Amino acid sequence: MSLKEKDYMPREELQSLQLKRLKETVERAYHLVPFYRKKFDEAGVKPSDIKSLEDLKRLPFTTKQDLRNNYPFGLFAVPLEQVVRIHSSSGTTGKPTVVGYTRHDLKVWTEVMVRTYLMADVNEKDIVHNAYGYGLFTGGLGFHYGAEAIGASVVPASGGFTKRQLMLMKDFGATVLCCTPSFALHLAEVAKEEGYNLKEDFKLRAGFFGAEPASKALKETVAEEWGIQYVEAYGLSEIIGPGVAASCKHGNLHVFEDHFIPEVIDPETGEVLPDGEEGELVLTTLTKQALPMIRYRTKDITVIHREPCPCGRTILYIESIKGRADDMLIVNGVNVFPSQVEHVIAKVEGVTPNYVIVVDKKGVLDKLEVWVEVDESILKDGVGTLERLQRKLEEELLNNLYINAKVKLVEPKTLERSMGKAKRIVDRRQLEGGR
Amino acid sequence: MRGKFAVKQISVFLENRRGRLADVARALSEAEVNIRALFLADSSEFGILRLVVNNPEKARAVLSAEGFAASETDVFAVEVEDRPGGFYRVVKTLSENGIDVEYTYAFAGASNRAILFFKVPDSEFERALKLLSDEGHKLVEAAEFYT
Repeated sequence: MSLKEKDYMPREELQSLQLKRLKETVERAYHLVPFYRKKFDEAGVKPSDIKSLEDLKRLPFTTKQDLRNNYPFGLFAVPLEQVVRIHSSSGTTGKPTVVGYTRHDLKVWTEVMVRTYLMADVNEKDIVHNAYGYGLFTGGLGFHYGAEAIGASVVPASGGFTKRQLMLMKDFGATVLCCTPSFALHLAEVAKEEGYNLKEDFKLRAGFFGAEPASKALKETVAEEWGIQYVEAYGLSEIIGPGVAASCKHGNLHVFEDHFIPEVIDPETGEVLPDGEEGELVLTTLTKQALPMIRYRTKDITVIHREPCPCGRTILYIESIKGRADDMLIVNGVNVFPSQVEHVIAKVEGVTPNYVIVVDKKGVLDKLEVWVEVDESILKDGVGTLERLQRKLEEELLNNLYINAKVKLVEPKTLERSMGKAKRIVDRRQLEGGR
Repeated sequence: MRGKFAVKQISVFLENRRGRLADVARALSEAEVNIRALFLADSSEFGILRLVVNNPEKARAVLSAEGFAASETDVFAVEVEDRPGGFYRVVKTLSENGIDVEYTYAFAGASNRAILFFKVPDSEFERALKLLSDEGHKLVEAAEFYT
């Protein structure tokens, strides 16, 4: 079977393959990883209880915290001799999460990356400009080896150096761009400033964008500005890295189901939700050796669709990730994710990345305030500079998130910080029985 | 000239909350830092407190340790006679030479002398000192404020 055909397998055949692989994975996890054995025993389930794909929901969830508690290699199901690659998360909110790959795992990873590239028919004639960061982050090497396996010419540009990247993209005639959606937009903006004509000076025809949530507007802008097919690449290092899912020409984000089983659950109750309902994505790996993940809670919010896709792929698809399960706020009917606010704050000088979003009721309407800690560097100028900073942040929030927020500058270290993860949201609406 | 006349001023960001000013004063008092001059600029929600103290390094360390956003800025001081026109003569020199004053404050000391503090754009700092000195104004050495 060619790699591409794997996306078009008859459902029955796919499901029997999934069940076979699920049984093997559960069996291995139970016998090789004490953590899983303990969890299964506590939940009163044994590998032999998995008789159908339906039985998956009897297994306990695995969380990021479990990875942290077993830092660095506690969840590995193989001895280190068999691990040939280690990647790690940034660990901004505590201990990083560490993931390992056997040779077989790398082969699987390359395969799903090839299938990702096939969403835009990338081939050996393509020149792939890879601006994902190379290093501990899975983005760089994931996209790199996928493109190499196809036989495309890879330019391992990694991050940063925007102007040089543009020069290389133009001079080498890059046809495919790989980077985060926000960097793709940044490249376009800088290119215009530098006097390039995006469609004439560059030969790009497709881009593979992921590693952060992107709004529909952002995707459309990137696709239009560069005149390219926008392929959304979804993944997370805990599962494999990029290559868990990728969007076809119809924009549907297909999950490579022969390697990963997706479920959507109610993040509050943990109950599996029917297709079509929005909830937290849970993923189980079917072929990973070094780090099998059973029912890993991604915290990403999405919806599963099993109706046929016009592209003909039989593997199911999910909706573009809306944000993190534990973070979403609804303000006057608009979904707001702290990551979006963070994104805006990060771009403005004079404030630190520490902020809190405060939601309150004013009459029938929700009132949103964003409290940001000022940076010492801005104090040498007058009060006017601070007031301009406040207004600028408010404008940026309105332009990027379509919300009217009031920005309040606060003193450093005044924002509440719980153990580990920073507390980003104070919702006062409940206090008044608003919702 | 800058090294001799640049007075290290401490700027402290303050939210408009009851007790914050007292917190700054208490912290400095407990650290035995003496305030030589101060000025508070405010908006409806926050203020920036500018301080000239006898020990800027200590003041800044103490305030940072207490969780305040505090930074150091160079200002310079000019001594004038404490009578009508004293301030005007200095500002006139700066204005006629195209040097913008970002902010200024003053205190009237003993024996009919007043001290004026000026913050000008960093790029103009040296030029301002030279101009004032050339035109016979009396610049005050930074060391005079420190102990």
